[in-house]
Amino acid sequence: MSAQAASMSRRDWLLSENPASRKQAAWGRRYRLWLEFRGNPLAMWGLCTLVILIALSMAAPLIAPFDPAAQNLGNRLAEPSWTHWFGTDELGRDVLSRVLYGGRITLGMVVAVVALVAPVGLVIGIIAGYFGGIADRALMRVTDVFLAFPRLILALAFVAAIQPGITSAIAAIALTAWPPYARLARAETLIFRKTDYIAAIRLTGASSWRIILRHVAPLCLPSVVIRLTLDMSSIILTVAALGFLGMGARPPSPEWGAMIATARRFILTQWWVPLVPGVAIFFASLAFNLLGDGLRDVLDPKQE
Amino acid sequence: MIRRLQALGSVLLSVPITLFGLVLVTFLIGRVMPIDPIIAILGDHAREDVVAKLRLELGLDRSLPVQFYMYLNRLLHGDLGTSVMTSHTVVHDIGQFFPATLELATFAMIVGVALGIPLGVLAAVKQGSKTDHAIRVFCLAGHSIPVFVLGLVSLLVFYAKLGWAPGTGRIDVAFEGLVPTVTGFLTVDALLAHDWDSFWSALGHLMQPGGVLGYFSVAYIARMTRAFMLDALVEEYVITARAKGLSPLRVIWRHAFPNILVRLITILALSYAGLVEGAVVTETVFSWPGLGQYLTISLLNADMNAVLGATLVIGVSYMALNLLADLAYRLLDPRVL
Amino acid sequence: MLTRRSLLAAGAASAIVPLEATWHTAAATPNGVFVMAKQIDDVISFDPAQAYEFTNGECDANCYARLVRPDTKDHNRVAPDFATSWEVSKDGKEFTFHLGNAQKFATGRVADAHDAAFSFQRVVKLNLTPGFILTQFGFTKDNCEQLITAVNARTLKIAMPKVQATSFVLFCLSATIGSIVDRETVMKHDVNGDLGNKWLTGVSAGSGAYQLTKWAASDSIILDANPHAEVKPFNHRVVIKHTPEPSAQLLALEHGDADVARDLTSELLKKAKTNPAFHISKSGQGSINYLALNCANPLFAKLEVREAFKWALDYDSIVNNIVPNIYEVSQSFLPVGLPGALPNNPFKRDVAKAKALLAKAGYPDGFEATMDHFNSAPYTDIAQAVQANLKDVGIKLNLLPAEKKQVYTKMRNRTFDILMSGWATDFFDPHSNAQAFCANPDDSDNSKLKILAWRCHFYDPELTKMVDDAVVELDSKKRLDIYRRMQELSNQRSPFIFMMQPISTAVMAKGVSGFVMGPVFDDTRYAKVKKA
Repeated sequence: MSAQAASMSRRDWLLSENPASRKQAAWGRRYRLWLEFRGNPLAMWGLCTLVILIALSMAAPLIAPFDPAAQNLGNRLAEPSWTHWFGTDELGRDVLSRVLYGGRITLGMVVAVVALVAPVGLVIGIIAGYFGGIADRALMRVTDVFLAFPRLILALAFVAAIQPGITSAIAAIALTAWPPYARLARAETLIFRKTDYIAAIRLTGASSWRIILRHVAPLCLPSVVIRLTLDMSSIILTVAALGFLGMGARPPSPEWGAMIATARRFILTQWWVPLVPGVAIFFASLAFNLLGDGLRDVLDPKQE
Repeated sequence: MIRRLQALGSVLLSVPITLFGLVLVTFLIGRVMPIDPIIAILGDHAREDVVAKLRLELGLDRSLPVQFYMYLNRLLHGDLGTSVMTSHTVVHDIGQFFPATLELATFAMIVGVALGIPLGVLAAVKQGSKTDHAIRVFCLAGHSIPVFVLGLVSLLVFYAKLGWAPGTGRIDVAFEGLVPTVTGFLTVDALLAHDWDSFWSALGHLMQPGGVLGYFSVAYIARMTRAFMLDALVEEYVITARAKGLSPLRVIWRHAFPNILVRLITILALSYAGLVEGAVVTETVFSWPGLGQYLTISLLNADMNAVLGATLVIGVSYMALNLLADLAYRLLDPRVL
Repeated sequence: MLTRRSLLAAGAASAIVPLEATWHTAAATPNGVFVMAKQIDDVISFDPAQAYEFTNGECDANCYARLVRPDTKDHNRVAPDFATSWEVSKDGKEFTFHLGNAQKFATGRVADAHDAAFSFQRVVKLNLTPGFILTQFGFTKDNCEQLITAVNARTLKIAMPKVQATSFVLFCLSATIGSIVDRETVMKHDVNGDLGNKWLTGVSAGSGAYQLTKWAASDSIILDANPHAEVKPFNHRVVIKHTPEPSAQLLALEHGDADVARDLTSELLKKAKTNPAFHISKSGQGSINYLALNCANPLFAKLEVREAFKWALDYDSIVNNIVPNIYEVSQSFLPVGLPGALPNNPFKRDVAKAKALLAKAGYPDGFEATMDHFNSAPYTDIAQAVQANLKDVGIKLNLLPAEKKQVYTKMRNRTFDILMSGWATDFFDPHSNAQAFCANPDDSDNSKLKILAWRCHFYDPELTKMVDDAVVELDSKKRLDIYRRMQELSNQRSPFIFMMQPISTAVMAKGVSGFVMGPVFDDTRYAKVKKA
């Protein structure tokens, strides 16, 4: 009873029309956004699917019934059964275990790409937007060149040039994914640069770098985050496409795209082997899309 | 107007610089590939004297800047070199393979427009309803499924199991090479030659890859149409028209829709550029003899002249379409500037 | 003149049949047109002086005659083709070929000894990739016109610059490089002294049953009957459709879009075997798949380590489970079918023995190494099975899959640790593989012979000398004995672990007959193929 009362009062505290402190106001705003977000069943579905996928991948060593690398050549391409829920692959390995472990690699690669892309794009965009002039023109030309390249093709060529593998695939995708963020950050910076708020800070004698890091960057962050969530699915698809074209993770690593690539020759005979990782990619990517879509509705009501 | 022209000028000026960057990046990638171009040409069995002779012939003993200069020089004279794989000039190959890609992309575009625009308008009109949600999921699914998975499933279901669609390639063997090439679009060439059998065969072969690729543009176009329509539907003149008691259909198509056309065209150009790129994977799955497959195969075979040429063509058309979209937007949309 | 109408009239499809029906009820390829589904992206040129891949080698075998052919019944001999008989001088240096007069080019002209002499001189002068097959006899562009001569229209004389084993010379001449081209037609297309090389890239000028009409790289090859061929082929046209996906090949066969599927995987073969509408033809190939250890690595400089690898692999399990029907275990440098090949396989999986060998070499706890291999099926699967096998004896193998040509590059640069690759014999004679796997007269970077042994730093003067001795041994029985002894020595010492030999298969509809694959890839003939 008292617990419920406490939670009720916390809800009231959050939804209070007259916040007593800045902190309360900030949390209140976030809570309202959350309520709005929760009202969107599709976005919630996306979020839940993602949480489940991530949890399953994290817990792979605990829940996977088999060692994902354990071969059993005598039991190749077995049909789904109670022992092997999703059957076995071309080397007699358990497909379920491989998909679970594969989630760690595929999702891990996405996280790594994001961790690389967001700061790089932000920094380039903000510098171009804040300083303008030659810096702007030079940086934007470089951005244009990269934007002019079809994304998958650049990544493909880049990985082919160095050695195929997880690291180079991450680097290649990051290399092709940053330009839109730089453009976005530049556009935002151009707007903020002229605001009174930044002008006031400049008058206090703060250095340019300090202004950029402490004031401009945080302002640009929300739109970048939305864009990232929406982009996640296309990053997953690029990771998978690279794996599919033989330029991604190396065997025996069970990356989803690579799993499809090695198993695509069984599509007509043992279709479950390539389709299980295909379905996994589909769900992960759809979840990211629904989540990003929902987030945009909430955070950025003006839409595109 | 002057500001517009200035903006236009700077956009046009950026083109050669971007192009140069494109060539430079592709060239460098080609040269750091861990495949010896000589091995790519001669194979594993070649003896030393033959290897040395060819290395000299191709100028591969020169320094990188010299090689790049040589390449640029030839490029400016319209010479993209000779492909190792096809032993034709790359220009000839592009002339042969690019129309196939364009035909595929155009077909996908037609599918995208025919389905995407009505779906987008419907979703906007019924905003928030079950229909809207269903269309949204359908579109997001299109953004979420890898092309190669969809392609493989489609082959499995429609070709292997049901037998509704023909297999891979552009046309049945029996019709191979019988239609004179005019546009390079097999369907159009067959029509020009009044050859109905070839036409149906070619169209049949387009269905699966075109449909798979088309799904992606449906998804994109429908989403954008919905967003634009939502804006347009709350404009005053639309509300006025509705208040006058005009039929809803008339309001939507006669009043609201024409207003989003300019922005829609921009989106279509962008989406077409995306399709040209998206064709790369689709072509691999369906053995479609287009530029995408040409590029992938030559990349895997370190056929660098072909890779450079194909990347350049795809890059340039990608750029040109983006530029067109940009220009259309700047010049036509009254709301810009 | 072949028109689409005639094709259609002959075939089951007709313009009036409704749309869906024309796609699939056709269920047959057009009459008189033999359609094969095959991977054909290996082709670089069809010029017999340059053709060195499987697909073009096979097509050239149907477009050109050669002096002699490999004998399909007795692999230790050659059979007459353009030459009806021949004799060799006592010292083994002079060959005289007597030519038949029934071979006609597509122009209708009868092929003669001048065409033969021109063809061989052309190969030597151009000296393209396979040119060494003739230049290794000592021919150069300066001496070939004096040494290879037409005595008269029906007699060709070849004088060897140095003594060569007779069987060796004949087998070399039976390869694609020995194709007889139409000298008049070819010289009409000479551009800047290239002896028609550019022109012959995508057409043919031979006296075989077919002529090459069209080649679209990675798309299709079309051969049409040579109107003046000695034996008229049953089908007037052969279409080879590039079908990279093996499963698509089987589908094409099932749907009647193709008559033969050439590159089915083990799984698909298993499926095809259960279908009573198909039958399968098989033929062992003169190729061998191996692991190579780089002897520059101190680990692999030790003979015990090399031997441990040979006992660590589970050859039978790999072949029977991963690639049944398309590979067979073969553990010497001469694949089964080649003259002199050892009939038995000495190695099998013995973990304890392998471990003991490693301990003896000073690595009781094993070690870590990297293996480069092709990134295509079935190599990726085999590599992973090898990885698992080696793990059991304590060797941790890191896999580096890469594009075929990238693996070749790495091998040539000698920058690999372990490498898994394959080698197809250059011509149907033991010398090709013996030289490749054993001969390394100079291990330095400036060596003139940078063949497989050199690429692995395998420097063995005794084996190198045996290669040189065998190739000039005139007594063919003694010669084969040397090759047998070499294989035994190689199995003890060499850093090559020979694993298996590919078996090429062709799955075809029951009604198709007469499609026989030769013992070598460049001797598969289409002329006798009949469709019911």
